[in-house]
Amino acid sequence: MKIIRNLIDKTKPQFEKGGKYEKWLPIYESFETFFFVPATITKKGSHIRDAIDMKRSMIIVIIALLPALIFGMWNIGDLYFLSIGEQSTIMDSFFHGFLKVLPLIVVSYGVGLGVEFIFVYIRGHEINEGFLVTGMLIPLIVPIDIPLWMLGVATAFAVLIGKEAFGGTGMNIVNPALLARAFLFFAYPSKMSGDTVWINGLANNPNIVDGFTGETLLGQKANGISEGYSCFVDNKLSLFDMFIGNYAGCVGETSTLAILIGAFILLFTGIASFRIMFSVFTGGFLMALLFNSIAPAGNILLETSAIEHVLIGGFAFGAVFMATDPVTAAQTNKGKWIYGFLIGAFAILVRCVNPAYPEGMMLAILLLNVFSPLIDHYVVKANINARLKRTNLKTT
Amino acid sequence: MLKVKRIKKGLTINLKGKPERIFHQLPMPQKVALKPTDFLGLIPKLVVQEGDKVLAGSPLFYDKNNSDIVFTSPVSGVIESIIRGERRRITEVVVTADEQISYEKFETPSVENATREQIIPLLLKSGLWPFIKQRPYACLANPNDIPKEIFISAFDTAPLAPDYTFLINEYKSDFVRGVAILQKLTTGKTHISLYDETRANSPFKNIPDVEYHYFSGKHPVGNVGIQIHHISPINKGDIVWTINPQDVVLIGRFFEKSIVDLRKIVALTGNVKTPAYYKTILGAPITSVFSEFSETSNDRIISGNVLTGTKIEPNGYLGFYDSQITIIEEGNHPEFLGWIAPGFNKFSFSRTFFSWLQPDKEYKLHTNTHGGERPFVFTGLYEKVLPMNIYPIQLLKAIIVNDIDQMEQLGIYEVIEEDFALCEFICPSKIEIQSLIRQGLDTIKQEFS
Repeated sequence: MKIIRNLIDKTKPQFEKGGKYEKWLPIYESFETFFFVPATITKKGSHIRDAIDMKRSMIIVIIALLPALIFGMWNIGDLYFLSIGEQSTIMDSFFHGFLKVLPLIVVSYGVGLGVEFIFVYIRGHEINEGFLVTGMLIPLIVPIDIPLWMLGVATAFAVLIGKEAFGGTGMNIVNPALLARAFLFFAYPSKMSGDTVWINGLANNPNIVDGFTGETLLGQKANGISEGYSCFVDNKLSLFDMFIGNYAGCVGETSTLAILIGAFILLFTGIASFRIMFSVFTGGFLMALLFNSIAPAGNILLETSAIEHVLIGGFAFGAVFMATDPVTAAQTNKGKWIYGFLIGAFAILVRCVNPAYPEGMMLAILLLNVFSPLIDHYVVKANINARLKRTNLKTT
Repeated sequence: MLKVKRIKKGLTINLKGKPERIFHQLPMPQKVALKPTDFLGLIPKLVVQEGDKVLAGSPLFYDKNNSDIVFTSPVSGVIESIIRGERRRITEVVVTADEQISYEKFETPSVENATREQIIPLLLKSGLWPFIKQRPYACLANPNDIPKEIFISAFDTAPLAPDYTFLINEYKSDFVRGVAILQKLTTGKTHISLYDETRANSPFKNIPDVEYHYFSGKHPVGNVGIQIHHISPINKGDIVWTINPQDVVLIGRFFEKSIVDLRKIVALTGNVKTPAYYKTILGAPITSVFSEFSETSNDRIISGNVLTGTKIEPNGYLGFYDSQITIIEEGNHPEFLGWIAPGFNKFSFSRTFFSWLQPDKEYKLHTNTHGGERPFVFTGLYEKVLPMNIYPIQLLKAIIVNDIDQMEQLGIYEVIEEDFALCEFICPSKIEIQSLIRQGLDTIKQEFS
């Protein structure tokens, strides 16, 4: 600690005004504040401030993502060993998954932070911590075998077009991580769907055991299989199995259990909005119930039970980590209820009614991201009208 | 029995250094000062020069925009110095006090017979008028206005705030008299808000023709603005007046003794050896109340509370409206990897630090901002500490883009900066919200003046 402090104290003058590397100061400071919470004191307004800051808030989100990440790593490894018919211990599986997921994380952070630092240099203000979360979300919502260059391109696109074009963290319209996923989905659909991308090495591994399939549960349903299974047709999944999440899917989305641990951390610390999380689940649940009641016989997706719907696919992950992004969500408390409810409802609607595309969560959230200012507009309008009414009552 | 208004939103910041319920009598200070900077938007015009002799109650300066509003000396003595700051703005008028204070004599009518037409010129001339603040804006009241109502908050919920039930007990009859005078200034009601928790032994009760309200909850429920919002919200065009309980006492005393006697009680709180109540006088130098300060100490002296008070120098003076001095440590030291540390001793509204394990702990907070300024990211947070039917982020954004219509529609007339102090405190983006609110109020005021 002393060593770093001394190093900073020694090198800082070169970056300050008049110094040799004056223009690099914002980048330098971004690193400095990583090590030390600066000694800035309050000048105006309240003399004391809450200990929380943006770094702390973002780190809490990352901590909340860890259960899903760790489970995802194990799941990737476990399914891999299953696909080649080898026995493996929990540590073997985890370690295999760790080695496969790590490059995704490195690329996501490397590209994203690279772009961020360019903008720090151009704009001349300190780095925004928002990407710390985005950079962790992106690897968790892609298939494990996505080529790294595609991931890099998508990340760059998301940060540039999704965020920095609007002015950086806090100004973006849609969730950058989801935008990266949407970019991949529409630009490289063959790497984002189908039945080979979800299991590590499935596409070109000669040692795959017979009868192994790598479809996601939603993929199975779209293909007319009513009872979901994992990897082998006779390995049927109960609702509890689906809750635990040992089946094919994006890296971090399969385990509702791990996601709910994250949700608990987010809600307990007060970082994420309970209103949004709760109403997404409610919206999805009610929509699924509605579809159950009107489903024609034999329509598997419409007949899928509401509980199953919220357990499978990216529903839980989207509800807990994506929909709650405060920048792109509705900002008013009433608006959050509406926003969340519509996300849940639309996700199930897209899933069930659009046969070409079984996963509706991504599009539902992106759609509502775009509409959230409109929702807020009407909520705020109601407040304004109430105030006007009060004034008019008085004057008449 | 009146219904208690329970305010659920808010935050108690539990600081170390609560004043002990003891009164210490301080000797009359050798000098006192009046600070024109205590009055929002005031352009002072001096009526004295250095070396002039004044009595307690003699004018020192007046308001350039309304020469009826004068500011008078709390003590008799000689004008020692007129201190100017940037651009020759007058910051302090310092008076060296006589050993025996002699007072300017006023002719005051008895409280029962006094009329509004008699009271207002007397309050103006005696320099007591500036105690009355006007809403919207929390600026000096205009003596030509007839306020819709008058509001007095008889309790303060800010961190380490003085307990007014304890303090006013000393001057109960003056308080009652002061309220009786103020009642004559409005055609509407006079409201006094009491804290439900301390209502039992309240000295504020049973004053005739007063409408009482009972509140319970966390800070900022003691802010008069929050109370007005729940009693009778301010609409565009409304004018109401507010006044602090201790200032009511000073007005009441004036009508009893016919002299300007500005002795008052101040709570010394925070990072001091003996936090307690001190009997002194308005404009007293900090050194007369707080003598522990040394060259080496790394403390900040605040006239007022930690959320809304004004930073003053060790050789500075107590603010005009303040009943509290708070001392806290400066936080001018960096902290290693603070964003990941467990933080058992860090106070936070969120539960992102492990300090949530000890909810009743008393904290010794310092002035570090704990992070750099960022754009608005989190939503729904400010609402948790702003017990008003107002959309804080939307209002702040309207202020940033200078949209006057939008500010009005979103209720800017109902707020002043102190109501947003907790929002500023908890803001993870470290945005200076109180200055923003004031900026919005200034814009509106300019637009309509």
